[in-house]
Amino acid sequence: MEDYACPDVLVSTEWVAERAGSPGIRIVEVDVNTASYDEGHVPGAVGWAWDRQLCDTVQRDIVPKQAFEELMAASGIAKGTTVVLYGDNNNWFAAWAFWQLKVYGHGDVRLMDGGRVKWLAEGRDLAVGKPAIARADYAASDPDFSIRAFLPAVMDAVRAGSVELVDVRSPAEFTGEILSPPGLPETCQRGGHIPGASNIPWGEACNEDGTFKSADELRRIYQGAGITGEKPVIAYCRIGERSSHSWFVLKYLLGLDGVTNYDGSWTEWGNLVGAPVARGA
Amino acid sequence: MRAEGFRVRRLDLAGWPVRITTYRIGETWHAKADNVSPGAQIAKARADTLAAAEARVLEVAEARLAGTRRSA
Repeated sequence: MEDYACPDVLVSTEWVAERAGSPGIRIVEVDVNTASYDEGHVPGAVGWAWDRQLCDTVQRDIVPKQAFEELMAASGIAKGTTVVLYGDNNNWFAAWAFWQLKVYGHGDVRLMDGGRVKWLAEGRDLAVGKPAIARADYAASDPDFSIRAFLPAVMDAVRAGSVELVDVRSPAEFTGEILSPPGLPETCQRGGHIPGASNIPWGEACNEDGTFKSADELRRIYQGAGITGEKPVIAYCRIGERSSHSWFVLKYLLGLDGVTNYDGSWTEWGNLVGAPVARGA
Repeated sequence: MRAEGFRVRRLDLAGWPVRITTYRIGETWHAKADNVSPGAQIAKARADTLAAAEARVLEVAEARLAGTRRSA
C-alpha cells in the first residue's frame, strides 16, 4: 500500500484482525444489503444502514448534520476516533460512508481493503449481535462541499469543458443500452451519459479478491482514459455510491486534487427535462 | 464462528453474466448473486443446505434479470 498517495486511509484485513476492539478504533460495516451485518460481522463492529442512517430520509440528500452527529455518538465515535469502514460489494457503501465522514470533517477514516468478502473468504472470526457501545460526544464540522458536486456546477462545467468527468457505471449503462444495472429497477427516464464523460467502471480499480489495484495500475487505467487531474475531476454513477468508491481512488490512492463526487448522478441527470445526453460509447 | 466453504463462480442467467457467492456460517448456507458488471447484488438466499440456497438465489436472480430491458 506504500505506493498510494495516502496509504494511511487503507488498512488490510490483518490490520483489522489485530486491532478490532482496541480503544480509539471503531470498526463499522456498511452494506448494500443491510441484512448482511446480521449474518456475522467483524468482532466489535457496528452496522450502519445506508438507506436509513446515511441519507436524509425525507428529501434526497446526504445525512443531515444533526443525524450524523447522533449516529457517530451512538456508535461510540468521538472526533479523535479512528473509524475503519468496510462492507459488501467491494466497499461500495463503505466508500459512501467514508465520503460523508469527510464531508462532515472527521479526521481519521480508513477503508478495509477487500471489504466484507475478503474477510469471509479468509475465514476470519465473525461475531453476531450488536456490540455493547458506550456513547461518545460528537460535534461535526460544517459540511465541506469542496468534495461534493451539485447539479448547477456540473452543468456549468460540462458547458465550459472545464472538467474531467468520470462515469463509473457499467458500459451498458454508459452507452444507454440499459436504464439500470441488470436485475435492478429502472430509476431514470433516459439512458446514456453526460456528454464528454469517460467511462471507467468502478470495478476497474479492484483486483479479483476485492482489494485495490496498485497505484501504477490505477494510474494507467485512469490516465489511459483521459483522467489526468489537469482539470478538476467529477465522478458520477447512478446514485452516488459507486462514484464515492472511484472518488476515493482518485483522491486518496492517486492523490489528484479537486476531485468531487456528483451524488445526484444519473438518477438526477437522466430524469432532467432538457439535459443533454450522449448515447453510445 | 467463521465463514466456511466460501466459493465464487460465474455463469450466465437470462442472458447476463452473474457471479454466485456461497458460504456457510454456523448451520446456515448463504447464497448471493450479483450482476458482475457493475457488481450489484440482485438476489440473496439462505437455507439449511448449499443446494437449497443456490437453487433459491438462482430462481430469484433469473426472474429479476429477465425483467431488464435493453434499448432498441
